[in-house]
Amino acid sequence: MVEIRFHGRGGQGTVVASKILADAINKEGKFVQAYPEFGVERRGAPVYAFIRIDETPIFDKSRIYSPDHIVVLDPTLIEAIDVTEGLKEKGWIIVNTDKKPEELAFPTKYRVATIDATHIALKHQLGTRATPIVNTAIVGAVVKVLDLARLESVIQAVKEGVPLKPEENAAAAKEAYESVVFHS
Amino acid sequence: MRKVLMGNHALSYGAMLSRVQVVAAYPITPQTQVVELLSEMCAEKILDAQFIKVESEHSAMAACLGASLAGARTFTATSAQGLALMHELLHWASGGRLPVVLGNINRAMAPGWSIWTDQNDSLSQRDTGWMQFYCGSNQEVLDSVIQAFKVAEKLHIPAMIILDAFSLSHTYEIVDVPDQEKVDKFLPPFQPKFRLTPDEPHAFGGLTSPEHYFELRYKLQKDMEKAPALIEETGQEFEELFGRKLGLVDPYKCDDAEIILVTSGTTGYTARVAVDHFREKGLKVGNLRIRVLRPFPFEKVQSILSHAKKVAVIDRNISYGHHGIFYQEVKSALYGNSSVPVFGYITGLGGRDITLNTFQKIIEETQRNETPPERISWIGVKK
Amino acid sequence: MKKQQPTKKIIFHSEKEMPLAPYSLGSMLHNRTGAWRNIRPEINLENCIQCGICWKFCPDVAIYIENEYPVVDYTYCKGCGLCAEECPVKCITMVEEEK
Ligand code: SF4
Ligand code: SF4
Repeated sequence: MVEIRFHGRGGQGTVVASKILADAINKEGKFVQAYPEFGVERRGAPVYAFIRIDETPIFDKSRIYSPDHIVVLDPTLIEAIDVTEGLKEKGWIIVNTDKKPEELAFPTKYRVATIDATHIALKHQLGTRATPIVNTAIVGAVVKVLDLARLESVIQAVKEGVPLKPEENAAAAKEAYESVVFHS
Repeated sequence: MRKVLMGNHALSYGAMLSRVQVVAAYPITPQTQVVELLSEMCAEKILDAQFIKVESEHSAMAACLGASLAGARTFTATSAQGLALMHELLHWASGGRLPVVLGNINRAMAPGWSIWTDQNDSLSQRDTGWMQFYCGSNQEVLDSVIQAFKVAEKLHIPAMIILDAFSLSHTYEIVDVPDQEKVDKFLPPFQPKFRLTPDEPHAFGGLTSPEHYFELRYKLQKDMEKAPALIEETGQEFEELFGRKLGLVDPYKCDDAEIILVTSGTTGYTARVAVDHFREKGLKVGNLRIRVLRPFPFEKVQSILSHAKKVAVIDRNISYGHHGIFYQEVKSALYGNSSVPVFGYITGLGGRDITLNTFQKIIEETQRNETPPERISWIGVKK
Repeated sequence: MKKQQPTKKIIFHSEKEMPLAPYSLGSMLHNRTGAWRNIRPEINLENCIQCGICWKFCPDVAIYIENEYPVVDYTYCKGCGLCAEECPVKCITMVEEEK
């Protein structure tokens, strides 16, 4: 079982990112459960989404407290909250940033991957400079780093799962899949 | 087809595949997406149904009653305060023998204002004469809607499909969405035993003197008593067509269990993980998830639990001044039938999470004591 | 709407004979409410404009329509006077019953 927590800000499409990832994993024939933070979401406020992935049906309906990995859609959250809370040792921290992994000051017990999802999103005309839509690029990066699904599954899930610009979103996911920086 | 669906949408898909003809509902968190998707399906003509917008849950149920009485297959959904507002008309539905199916998202009653899960909203409606199905997964939500229509329409008794707020309503899970043709084979169109039509005028719901009221209620109970066998039978038929079980209860590793947990809703699924965990440590634990509370599955509960050395009932609800409601029900079913000690635990009110740690405390306390140390054992209260 | 025939009171002697729901469980046709009447409505059909308002308002369904004109069924008319009150051309008068 793999458990992942997503950190974003309200309005960034954090929950949609987890749903698209779930769709991609479903296409692989694996089992998946994804849920948002239980409660109300506000634009701009820190929000969470969670996902469980397994080879067999998932019966645990409790919430995730110590994720295997975390994903950060907005780098300003790193200063604002403790994104690593409960994160297991050796867990991946996948961050949307223009920095390299070694430039981020996370404890060495974690592994860090970085992806400039904002740059990729804007390049593919997803959102505006003020509110880039980074979620599909993030999914591409997550799938690559954690080896969760094939690229085709991700592209298909993105195309089916976004309300607008399916081709641009799929291209962003692909570019992120191919350019995410990590040392395994 | 395997789809990733949230529990709320599983309800909508269940209603769509059942080919409901009238939907009347009022939105309330955490039920909103059920109605949203159904209204879209109606607008896009994926679903050939009349969607009636109303100004309250009371009106929603009133519209459902009218539609059902005219012979339409009718669906609605609500939660907590909304269900409470329907209360009067829930009695009308069952007393009027109108097989409406209602999806209720279990949400704690205010105050304090809460949108999170517990079972007091639906359990407050336990005695309204509705069947109650408590679901453990989104798959079961979808399947239960279809099964419920079949049973409800045969008996002319309404049914509630109940799912936990957020843990199911907003959680995405993989759901096998069955083919429409297969569902049509399982669930034929509604053939009411009576209905209102201008072609043949009848009066409905008129003054009923003491000469006749008693017998009407006797008949409701007698038909409710037919429901357990019918639910099992339709569950088997469903399994033959779709490969999934839909019985009154869902026992897990109960055959040789010394301690049997009694659970419902999503708690009943997390309990399986706890059972496996303790089995690995050598403790013989089992889990009996009660899927149908009304009609109460007396025979199943008696035969499964009387083998155990101890029973631990876990309630995400309370009847103030008494105990957890599933606890009362289980104890009354076992009275005179088995002397197995029944431990009662209350936990998870207002959406407090029920985790493996919760089960660990429950199982350890049950194992440690010969009989319950207290009438109610509260798990997780900050004392 | 035709004139209704009075019936006997319906009493079911077994639950098996009864419908499932309070659905046409009984009728008030056995209850000859005409006996309650002290004043009776009389319709002057010459002035009647056939609007049907009296038929609609009668709480005991004691007015029926025959040859497109209202007729009072005195077996059931309880003499409440609603029809006379509501008639827009005031062609219904309530007259004292001789007892
Ligand atoms: S007097 Fe009353 S009961 Fe009689 S016909 Fe008129 S409205 Fe009906
Ligand atoms: S209300 Fe008066 S005018 Fe109208 S139908 Fe009756 S008697 Fe005639």
